[in-house]
Amino acid sequence: MIEPPLLDIRDLHLSMTSFDGEAHVLAGVNLSVRRNEVWGVVGETGCGKSLTGLSISRLVPSPPARYLGGRILFDGRDLLALDEAGMRSLRGHRIGMIFQDPTTNLNPAFRIGEQLVDVALAAHRRNPDILGIAARAGWRARRRAARDLAVRTLAEVGITDAAERIDAYPHEFSGGMRQRVLIAMALIGRPDLLIADEPTTALDVAVQSQILALLAGMVKDHAMGVILITHNLGVVAKACSHAAVMYAGTIVESGPVVDVLRKPSHPYTRALMASIPASGIRRGELKGLPGQVPNLIRPPHGCRFAPRCAQAAEACQAQPPRPVDLGGGHMAACLKLAPAAEAA
Amino acid sequence: MFLTIPVLLGLTVLVFAIGRLLPGDPVALAAGPNATPAEIAAYAREFGLDRPVWVQYATYLTGLLGGNFGVSIFTRRPVIEDLIAYTPATLELVFAAMALAVLIGIPAGLAAAVYRDRWPDYLSRVAALGAISMPRFFLGLLLQLAFAMWLGWLPLGGRFPLTDDPPRLVTGFLTVDALIAQDLSAFWTACRHLAMPAIAMSLSPLATIMRMMRASTLEVMQQDYVMTERALGLSQRLIVTKYVARNAISATLTVIGLYFGWLLGGTVLVETIFDWPGLGLYATKAVVTQDFMPVIGVTLVIGTLFVCANLLVDVLYGVVNPKVRTK
Repeated sequence: MIEPPLLDIRDLHLSMTSFDGEAHVLAGVNLSVRRNEVWGVVGETGCGKSLTGLSISRLVPSPPARYLGGRILFDGRDLLALDEAGMRSLRGHRIGMIFQDPTTNLNPAFRIGEQLVDVALAAHRRNPDILGIAARAGWRARRRAARDLAVRTLAEVGITDAAERIDAYPHEFSGGMRQRVLIAMALIGRPDLLIADEPTTALDVAVQSQILALLAGMVKDHAMGVILITHNLGVVAKACSHAAVMYAGTIVESGPVVDVLRKPSHPYTRALMASIPASGIRRGELKGLPGQVPNLIRPPHGCRFAPRCAQAAEACQAQPPRPVDLGGGHMAACLKLAPAAEAA
Repeated sequence: MFLTIPVLLGLTVLVFAIGRLLPGDPVALAAGPNATPAEIAAYAREFGLDRPVWVQYATYLTGLLGGNFGVSIFTRRPVIEDLIAYTPATLELVFAAMALAVLIGIPAGLAAAVYRDRWPDYLSRVAALGAISMPRFFLGLLLQLAFAMWLGWLPLGGRFPLTDDPPRLVTGFLTVDALIAQDLSAFWTACRHLAMPAIAMSLSPLATIMRMMRASTLEVMQQDYVMTERALGLSQRLIVTKYVARNAISATLTVIGLYFGWLLGGTVLVETIFDWPGLGLYATKAVVTQDFMPVIGVTLVIGTLFVCANLLVDVLYGVVNPKVRTK
């Protein structure tokens, strides 16, 4: 029997209200993540990948956001039905998050240890195993245990002299080190699901691969499920087991990373792959994708990619395409693929 | 810090010149209505006021180096003695007003930001607007009318009843001295006298601090690290009272420092209304009798305190903001 997925997003719809009207920014997102899977969610700016991540932690301010439908099942529980207190009991301790910019995501006025200890204490209140002492132990004992755990976690993410560095302020660290501190903060509560939103984008290339290697090691050690949000296909190829390609609020193609990147089936994925500069390509030969991302206040009626798609037919504009199973969990939402799948 | 001394020197020149340029003859005023011209001339000679102004100024500056602030031509008391007697009263009043403003203004500003556009926010914003628009002396009069005349809860003015024995002088702050002497009834008496003038002085800084705190809290709550702290399961209360508050206070500190100086200068009106025996009341009396040595003395003391307050704020910046500290 297959164990149920850790996270199962089903047909998630989200709208955002702005001065210009209500934009339908997530239009039926489907994604399921199991333990030990690293899902790379790729797409261009504004495609809804970050919103999907924030929705799982219910951190999208509402209003302006409004959930129109769908479910986010985490361990079988629908997160959209939880209240703020219920949600807070999951954050940090079941669901960890890492954000893009390590310079702005650490509170500059506090020593890093202070922040780590508070996160550990909050998680400990939900799960006494984290500190290995009773939830109602004395304040001093809990703080000391939390601090010990913080030092261990910092060492685990590769910070040398963790016992001393724990009392440093964020500005005393380099960018890569700060991202390690943030990873430690996200992991100190031993979450089952880690959502990393562009964790390497603000770092230079050499540090990027160190951080990715660190994340990969952490996933293996803690048997987590991971959602890695990025716009960099190279990161997906290097660090992910699975990939989901997003376009204008929908997941157009998803599946094991080998299938999605080696056998891209959706026209958008193919266009993305074609736009990656490769060695040996000559000046002027690099292909971009013509057209623009659609206006989501008045989105295209049918397939949202149809206006830019070279193979679009009239049927594509009639209704949104349903995901087609291409075998082995490889899915793509394109009408052109439907007959092939039916034939198979 | 290096600018302090030239600034204070400039102040002495200014006050010295203004004192001499004012119409009227302070010596004649001090010598009394029945003094003959010869007596007035002798009086002037006694205080060295018959000599050229620049000689008087040079003598004054030389005296200052030795801690001599000159002599009041009205009371013949050395100004330094009066300054020592009156400065603690003013400082006590200013500290009390500042403490009220900070202890109420900062939590109120935080609350207003957290409950943005709900009733705590509206209430504090309306109250702040009212407090800022109300002149201090008028507010002082209203307080006297309500709490001293109608309700009779608080004394009309003064710092300590003449009929009672004040606690033994240690710091010059009556409230602190009473606590040191472990005399609770004297402490209570001192607090009752302090209450109204302190409230009258505190309202305007309280309102400004609250508004600054609200604005900077709203800004801080937009920061990425607040999102991270929420995403990692910290409670809203911990985030606001610990992580947001410290960042928001550093922007408010500047205002607190400025208001400290503003209050020092602003004690004149409030001390006069409440008959509070501090520098303001002392300076008022000296100005009325054109007794310029006390006026220069008070100006110098307030100027120095102002500089110290700003220095203190710079130090506090370092406490709140670790980045400032290491640079």
